[in-house]
Amino acid sequence: MNLARTLLRAGGIGLAILVLAPLALRAMLPENQALFWIGNIFARALIYGIIALSLTFLATYGGFVSLAQMMVAGVAGYVLAITVQGAVPVIIGGFGYPVAILLALGAAVLAGLAVGAISARTNDIYLLMITLALAVGFYRFVETNIDWFNGYEGIRNVLGPDLLGRKFRDPILFYAIASATALSLYLGVIFLVRTPFGLALQGIRDNPRRVSALGYNVMLHRIVAFGIAGFIAGCGGVLATIYNIGISPGSIGLGATMNLLIISVIGGLGHPIGAFIGALLFAIFDTFAASIYDRDRFNTLIGAVFLSIVLISPDGALGMVRRLREGFARKPRAGAPPL
Amino acid sequence: MFKGLITRRAAAALAVTASAAFVAPAFAQQGGVIRIGSIKTLEGPFATGGQDAVRALTMAFEEVNFTVAGKKIEWVRESSNAQADVALARARKLIEQDQVDIIIGPLSGAEGMALRDYSRTLTGNTIVNGQSAAADTTLRDVSPNFFRFNGDGMQWIAGLGTYAYKTMNARHVAMVGGDYAFPYAQVFGFMQEFCKLGGKVTKLWSPLGTTDFASTIASIPKNADAVLVIHGGTDALAFLTQYAQAGGQQPLIAGPVTVDQVVMSARGPHRRLLNNLISAGPIVDDSDDPTWKAFVDRYKKRFPDGFAAPSINAVHYYIAARAVLMALEQVKGDLSSNQQAFQAALAKLEVPTPMGGKVRLDDNRQAIASNFIRRVVDRNGQLFTTQVERFDNVTQTYGMPRAEFLALGSPSRDNPSCPPQ
Repeated sequence: MNLARTLLRAGGIGLAILVLAPLALRAMLPENQALFWIGNIFARALIYGIIALSLTFLATYGGFVSLAQMMVAGVAGYVLAITVQGAVPVIIGGFGYPVAILLALGAAVLAGLAVGAISARTNDIYLLMITLALAVGFYRFVETNIDWFNGYEGIRNVLGPDLLGRKFRDPILFYAIASATALSLYLGVIFLVRTPFGLALQGIRDNPRRVSALGYNVMLHRIVAFGIAGFIAGCGGVLATIYNIGISPGSIGLGATMNLLIISVIGGLGHPIGAFIGALLFAIFDTFAASIYDRDRFNTLIGAVFLSIVLISPDGALGMVRRLREGFARKPRAGAPPL
Repeated sequence: MFKGLITRRAAAALAVTASAAFVAPAFAQQGGVIRIGSIKTLEGPFATGGQDAVRALTMAFEEVNFTVAGKKIEWVRESSNAQADVALARARKLIEQDQVDIIIGPLSGAEGMALRDYSRTLTGNTIVNGQSAAADTTLRDVSPNFFRFNGDGMQWIAGLGTYAYKTMNARHVAMVGGDYAFPYAQVFGFMQEFCKLGGKVTKLWSPLGTTDFASTIASIPKNADAVLVIHGGTDALAFLTQYAQAGGQQPLIAGPVTVDQVVMSARGPHRRLLNNLISAGPIVDDSDDPTWKAFVDRYKKRFPDGFAAPSINAVHYYIAARAVLMALEQVKGDLSSNQQAFQAALAKLEVPTPMGGKVRLDDNRQAIASNFIRRVVDRNGQLFTTQVERFDNVTQTYGMPRAEFLALGSPSRDNPSCPPQ
C-alpha cells in the first residue's frame, strides 16, 4: 500500500514536471528555441540522467561507485549500431530497430553482469580502479578494433525508427520517448529498492558480513545489482546513440566516463533523482558556458561551477536543497558550525 | 520523503526557468544579418590548431569588414574537443539555438562524419567543412548540405609515391604509421601510385599513442630503400627521436601531418633526420608564391603571437571562409528558399587559395585541390618546408572514375597490399 502510494506520487509528480516543463518553455520562448531546449537540453539531460541513474542506483543502494557505467551504455550503443539496418559501415546489419534494441539491451545486461562478476570481490577505491580499468580497456579496444567497431571513426547513421509517421529524432517525439523511459526507470528503481531484493542490497551496503550471516548470497546480489544497472545504462546508451546519430569511441572514453561521474556527484548521490538534476545542470552549463563566458576559456566556468557545487555541498545539488529546506524549517542551533 | 521530492522537483524546475532567463535569447533572423557559426577544437589534442583556425577566420571576416553583399556578418564561435558527439552538440546549438545560417567546421575526421550526417537532416542550412579530412565524409553516403574545400587524407599524400619511385628510385618502402583510419587513407593514397609503378611496401602499424617504437624500428627490413613515416604529432616525434637514437640510416619520407611545427620546433636527436626530409602535403610553409607571401605577411602582422607561418588549419579554415563569402557575394546575400541559390553558387565556385592555386568542387562537393612535395630546410635554426613539386587538380579518386575507385574498397590496414616477395 505504502509502496503503491509512493510510486503513484513520484510518478504523478514526475509526469507533471516532464509534461509541464516543455509547455512552460513554449509559452516563454520563441518556437524554435523552445524546441531546442526540449530536444537538446531536456532530452540530453534525460538520456545522460538515465545513464547516471544506473551509477546512482549502484552507489546509493549498494555502495558501489562503478566507473564502468558509461562503458556498459557504450556496449548497448555499439551493439545497436553493429546490428541495426542502415548503419554505416555495415558490420552485421540487417536487423530492424525492435530486434536491434532488444539485442543491445541484452548485451548491456550481460556487460553489467560481467562488470559485477569481475569486480565482485573489490570495494571502495579498488572497485573504482577495476571499473575504471574496464572502461578504459573497452575504450581502447573499440578505438583500435576496425573489423567490429570501425575504430576511431565509429559507426554512424543510426537514425532511429520512424514512429507514428514522425522521425524518431523529431524533438517532441524524442523528448516524449526519453521522458517515458526515464520515468519508468526512475519508478522502477524506487520500486526495486523497497522489494526484498532492494532491502537486502541496502543491507549489503551497510554490513555485508551480517547480511551474509543471515543466509543471503552477497556475491549474487551484487552481481544482479550490476546487471540491473546494466539494463538502465543500456537504455540510456541506446537513446544516446540515436541522439548522436551513431557512436564513436569518444562517446565512451575517459572524458565521457568522468562527465558521468560529475553528473552523479553534482546532482547528489543520496537519491535517484539526483542523477537527473545533475544531468540537467551539466547539459545547461555544457551548452551555454561558451555564450556567457569567454569562448576560448569557457571550460574554466564549467569547472568553477562544478567545483563550487561540490565544495559548498559535498552531497551535490540534492544536498544543497535539503540543507536549504532544513534551514528554513528551523532556526539554526546556537553554536552549530557554519556550513 | 515525499515533501522532499516535491521540493527537489520544484528546485529543479526553478533551476530550469532561472537558467532560461540568464541565457540571452538569440534574436530572430533579421533581413540585414547573416549569421555564420564556426566549430573548431579549442580543447583537447588539437587545441593549438583550433586557435590558428580562429585566427584565419578572424582574418577572413576582417578583410571584408564583417560585411558581405551589404549585409552584416554575425559570427558565433563554438569549440569542440575533437570528439564527434561534442561537435554534434555544438552544431545543434548553433543551428537550433543561435540560428546560424551557415556553419564553418569542424576540424577532425570523426567530427566531420558526425556533422555530415547531421547536415543531411537539415533543410535550409549549409555546413562548409573546416579542415576534417576523413575520405568517407564526401566519398560514401554524401550529404547535399555538406561542402568541403580541402582535400582528404588521401589527396594530401598525392605525388609522394611517384616521387619515391621515380626520383628517389625506391623500389621497396617500409611504412610506419598509426593503426587507425586517417593513416590508412594516406597509405592507400601512397600505394595507389607506388604499387602501380611496381614498388613494394612493408607495413608496420602501431597503435595511436605508442611511446616505445623499439620493436617497430627493429622490424624495419634492412633492404628497404626508404622508410615512409605516416605518424603524426607526438607519435611522429617519438618515432623520429628513437629512430635517430637507434642510428637509423635509411632515407626517410613523410606524410602530410608528420612534418608539422610540433616536430620541427622540438629539440632533440631527430633534428638530424629532419634536414632535407621529403614529405607530401597541401601547404608549403616557405613558398615563393607572391600570394602566399602576402598572406603570411598579413597573418604575422595581425597575429604577432601566432606561428612562424600559418598552419594547415589556418589555411583550410581561411579557404572555407573565403568560399562562403564569395558565394554569398555572388547571390547578393540571398539565403531564401532553403539556401538553394547559395548552395548552387558554392558548388560552382573556384576559390583562390593562399597557396596561389585554385580549388573547386566535384559532384560530391569535395575539393579538387593542389598538393605539394616538400623539403624541410633550416633557416637560421628554424625549420620550414619548401616546395619541390606541385601537383594541380588532385581529385579524391586519384583521377579514376568514382565507381572504379569505390570498387577498390575502403582503406584498411590490409587494403591495399603489395608486400615484397
